[in-house]
Amino acid sequence: MTIPLNYFLILAAALFATGAVGFLLRRNLLVLLMSIELMLNAVNLTLVTFNRMHGADHNGQILAFFIIAIAAAEAAVGLAIVLAFFRLRNSVRSDEANTLKN
Amino acid sequence: MKAFEVAFFVLCALLTFGGGLVTVGSRRPIRSAMGLLTTILGIAGCYLLLSAEFLAAIQLIVYAGAVVILFIFVVMLLGSAATSPPDAGSAIPRYVGAVTFLLSGIGAAALILRATGEGASEAAKVADDFGSIERLGHEIFTSKVVPFELTGALLLVAVVGALAVARGKHVDPTQRRDDSSDRDDTPAGSKEAEEVS
Repeated sequence: MTIPLNYFLILAAALFATGAVGFLLRRNLLVLLMSIELMLNAVNLTLVTFNRMHGADHNGQILAFFIIAIAAAEAAVGLAIVLAFFRLRNSVRSDEANTLKN
Repeated sequence: MKAFEVAFFVLCALLTFGGGLVTVGSRRPIRSAMGLLTTILGIAGCYLLLSAEFLAAIQLIVYAGAVVILFIFVVMLLGSAATSPPDAGSAIPRYVGAVTFLLSGIGAAALILRATGEGASEAAKVADDFGSIERLGHEIFTSKVVPFELTGALLLVAVVGALAVARGKHVDPTQRRDDSSDRDDTPAGSKEAEEVS
């Protein structure tokens, strides 16, 4: 293992910050969902890196495995909601979702 | 061998971070999906470097093979409506939040750099089959079998829920339309949604 493991942690932190910034800045619902996927991937990378630091068991990798499964379910449900929202409003902008406002 | 590993890590890091930037910054959602795919490939490479071969394969199969394809399906289903016009109105609160998160990300990276001095970030000595399918499968099917089965139930519920939400109520599947004008015509979009789901 020639590469220091904290490089992976820094990469994961940068990726998480990118995803969070995208989630806050963009208004396209599809891009919002992709930003969530970016953040989940960053967390997975952190978990696997910590598992490599403490190699006694595989708990970090198994948690990342479950997170991948849950992220797939989240993407399916989120995209279904985007489709339903598009049918309702003919738009995928998140600020069109203002039925409960005022 | 060392130079190869370093070059591979640099390539994976560039793919990951550049893909993330493309995902967030691109105006067209199809390019965002391609950026997400690039990020996923880079992270799979990082998993390989971290001796998590099984997770790298899962990452490629589930993310690159299923999630990104699902995104691309939806982008193509929505057509030109998927590209949102430029924002109007006040964007200052969003920018404040984004800058806050960016600063916290930089702070986290700086803390990681400072806290992990010499020896703190060393990789543990592990066996050769660390992260292999045999070891992970043994752990999943012995000590983690209850969460594993619950994940199956969760996926089933998610599939049924996604179908129920995307299907809509007033859809007549016997009526089909061949024109693909999905911008102005709401029933056309719902019929296409029905076909995909």
